[in-house]
Amino acid sequence: MIERVDVAADVVIVGAGIVGAACARALARAGARVTVLDRVAAASATSAHGEGNLLVSDKGPGPELELAKVSLRRWAHLADELADELGPLFPSIEHEAKGGLVVVTSADGLDGLRGFAEAQRAAGVEAVEVTAEQARELEPDLAPGVVGAVYYPQDAQVQPVAAAEALLASARRAGAVVRTEVEVTGPLLGDGGRLTGVATTRGEVSAGAVVVAAGPWSAEVAERLGARIAVRPRRGMVLVTTPMRQRVRHKVYDGDYFAATQSAGAELQTSAVIESTRGGTVLIGSSREQVGFDDRLSTQVLAQLARRAVAVFPFLARTNVMRSYLGFRPYMPDHLPVIGPDPALPGLWFATGHEGAGVGLAPATGDLLAAGMLGLAAAVDPRPYAVDRPTLRPRVAHGEALA
Amino acid sequence: MSKGLRHVVVVGAGPAGLAAARAAAEAGARVTLLDAADGLGGQYWRHLPAARPAGREHVLHHRWSTFGELSGALRANPAVTVVESAQVWSLERPDGGIRLNVLVGEPDAVGRAVLVLEPDALVLATGAHDRTLPFPGWQLPGVYSAGAAQALAKGERVAVGRRVVVAGAGPFLLPVASALLWTGATVVGVHEAAGPGALARGWLSRPWELAGAAGKAGELAGYVGELARHRVPWRPGEAVVAAHGDGQVEAVTIARLDERWAPVAGTERQVEADAVCVSHGFTPRLELAVAAGCALSPSRFVVVDDAQATSVPGVWAAGEITGIGGADAALAEGAVAGTAAAGGDLGVVRVAVRARARARGFAARIEAAHGVRGGWVRWLRDDTVVCRCEETTYGRVREVVELTGSHETRSVKLTSRAGLGPCQARMCGRTLQELLGDAPGGDSDAGGTAPGVDRRPLVVPVRLGDLASLPSTSASTSP
Repeated sequence: MIERVDVAADVVIVGAGIVGAACARALARAGARVTVLDRVAAASATSAHGEGNLLVSDKGPGPELELAKVSLRRWAHLADELADELGPLFPSIEHEAKGGLVVVTSADGLDGLRGFAEAQRAAGVEAVEVTAEQARELEPDLAPGVVGAVYYPQDAQVQPVAAAEALLASARRAGAVVRTEVEVTGPLLGDGGRLTGVATTRGEVSAGAVVVAAGPWSAEVAERLGARIAVRPRRGMVLVTTPMRQRVRHKVYDGDYFAATQSAGAELQTSAVIESTRGGTVLIGSSREQVGFDDRLSTQVLAQLARRAVAVFPFLARTNVMRSYLGFRPYMPDHLPVIGPDPALPGLWFATGHEGAGVGLAPATGDLLAAGMLGLAAAVDPRPYAVDRPTLRPRVAHGEALA
Repeated sequence: MSKGLRHVVVVGAGPAGLAAARAAAEAGARVTLLDAADGLGGQYWRHLPAARPAGREHVLHHRWSTFGELSGALRANPAVTVVESAQVWSLERPDGGIRLNVLVGEPDAVGRAVLVLEPDALVLATGAHDRTLPFPGWQLPGVYSAGAAQALAKGERVAVGRRVVVAGAGPFLLPVASALLWTGATVVGVHEAAGPGALARGWLSRPWELAGAAGKAGELAGYVGELARHRVPWRPGEAVVAAHGDGQVEAVTIARLDERWAPVAGTERQVEADAVCVSHGFTPRLELAVAAGCALSPSRFVVVDDAQATSVPGVWAAGEITGIGGADAALAEGAVAGTAAAGGDLGVVRVAVRARARARGFAARIEAAHGVRGGWVRWLRDDTVVCRCEETTYGRVREVVELTGSHETRSVKLTSRAGLGPCQARMCGRTLQELLGDAPGGDSDAGGTAPGVDRRPLVVPVRLGDLASLPSTSASTSP
């Protein structure tokens, strides 16, 4: 308990992306003195290179879905809370509960989708099966080949950079300090090998606890601090069209999306997720590849994304793509985020490994981390996200041996 | 027969690219020359299409005979393939090589032909576009970039207005004014932001070196004489700080500038005009160089060695993407780059190597005399549009920086929307970086060597249908 008072006095968060920002806000508002460090800038890496998906539709029953359900409700409130707190001039986080529509083009696909939606409904997800005609009422420009769909009214969207900046601004109002262009180089260790802060390129920062929220770079940061975490980069590419009159009303994707998120294979996988933004552009994402931090362009990936998008919305063939970008998502071997203390290095905590769901899961992650650090009641059971959970144990044991 | 030859691809058919293509062919390589336009020459030698030739091209164009000689030599050489209307839309780096993805045909056409090139050597000669600093009213019809005005004059023989004000910085203002005079416009004045002090420091130091650049100096002297004959005033230390009009430029405000380009209060005067042509220097087209992974200098040009080789094996660069030096430098650099890319002996192009040294000295003088100074932001107002695509104002950018505390360009782009529109920050990217570097307490990456706003993996917009119909290859996307 005494340890927790120290923690409350001083927390360093490594990483000013959406997850670090949500943790900073939750901890600062609960009374902790928070310093956020980022080696580049706020919301400049993974958070700036995704789509801002807040999804339940892609998640089967299990701990990730439970976290998502809580987190999506939190986002709906946060949109108002942040707007009230930060005022009308602050860039809007563009929260939009637009709903998701998953479409399939074959009878087999429809069977699979129905089964998936059935299980989701049992787990508390709103998953409304619609006919092809109803799907076309929701999305008039759908391809003729669509044979059925499931509508997910809970799916939503935010603009992730504005959202991260808003969370950080709110955290600052609660006393947090955000320092950019500060890179962690090593640990500060106290009695009994406890982590008491970090050495950085701009001097030492002592703290009662250190939270690693560095997304796909969390393994590197952990290693510098003398710990191990099995997070790896997974690459995703997104296409952006020139602005146009909005013809895509929901988040629309083909059923293959499930196969892509559920697979651990290293090969290229794409499934089109198509949606309009407030700026009038259409985003088409996202491929998933395990190629390390390789940022070289691949036209094969662009071509696959384009083919899938045109298969769902044929009119898109005539539109111009003006930009492509790629980002690295923090990928865990068992597809669950890591939120909690490191069992091997006292004083070290993790909030990472959300893969492509970090924006959606950020608020609940911040709450869960703050609850764990400050000894408060948590909205969800923290055990499935523990660093030493059974599905990660072989790797953790390996890390302990090295530490 | 050409199968065994070294294949050199040259991107860009302005002076640098043409010289590079000819030099590479003469050094024994098989050459493919690509250009997005439907004719050779680039911006510098933009001219009427062959279908409606003009007898006076030599009057509008310096070194017109050089152009004729270069393009003639290339067309006549069986080792050279010229592909016009060829848009390189992306560059890939498969392990150990370079792949150019090209679409050939009219830019708006559906179903353009796909061309994929994997050259042994690549020469980038992609040039530059002129840079325009924002000012109140600059989005009014009647405000042109000087480059656009010159292109209309050279390519279409169209004057942008009857009473035209030319303003900005650099020697480029002179040929623009000249081209306008030839199309029949009245040039009210040429207003050069650089003051007499900067001009003297840039142009009058070590005058003996200028003797070597006699061709260039003579070209400029010719323009100055022409302006004098037409009684066009050339005013150093002045700028157009606002344009006015109801739906169209009717007048501009001209002010004196101090050494840092900040307007001097009380010196403003209004001048009637129906068009303004503005250029404050050039921004190199770096998309392909960045995609190839070429190192950039702190002043954001491609770094090259004495053989014009970039930091990436197999990639050479010439012309304005390596520094704004004008056509003389571009011709010399192109000859060196083309020879080196073909594996030829640089001893053969000793003349070009010497010419390049002189031209580079000239480029340094241009930067010293006419380089953008930070005081220009003082002519902005809060309601001045900074990003024309998204209509983001200067005031909004400042507001967003203050509210978020973020000075990083990418974040400010995404929260202010500046730079997110169809031009993809080609117009406002540098400006935005300068504004953010200028913000109190801000750290700027404007002078850094990271690609930043110049990273555009899609070099130009591409139709989704064109992407979708790219042939599938069995190439693995995993290492």
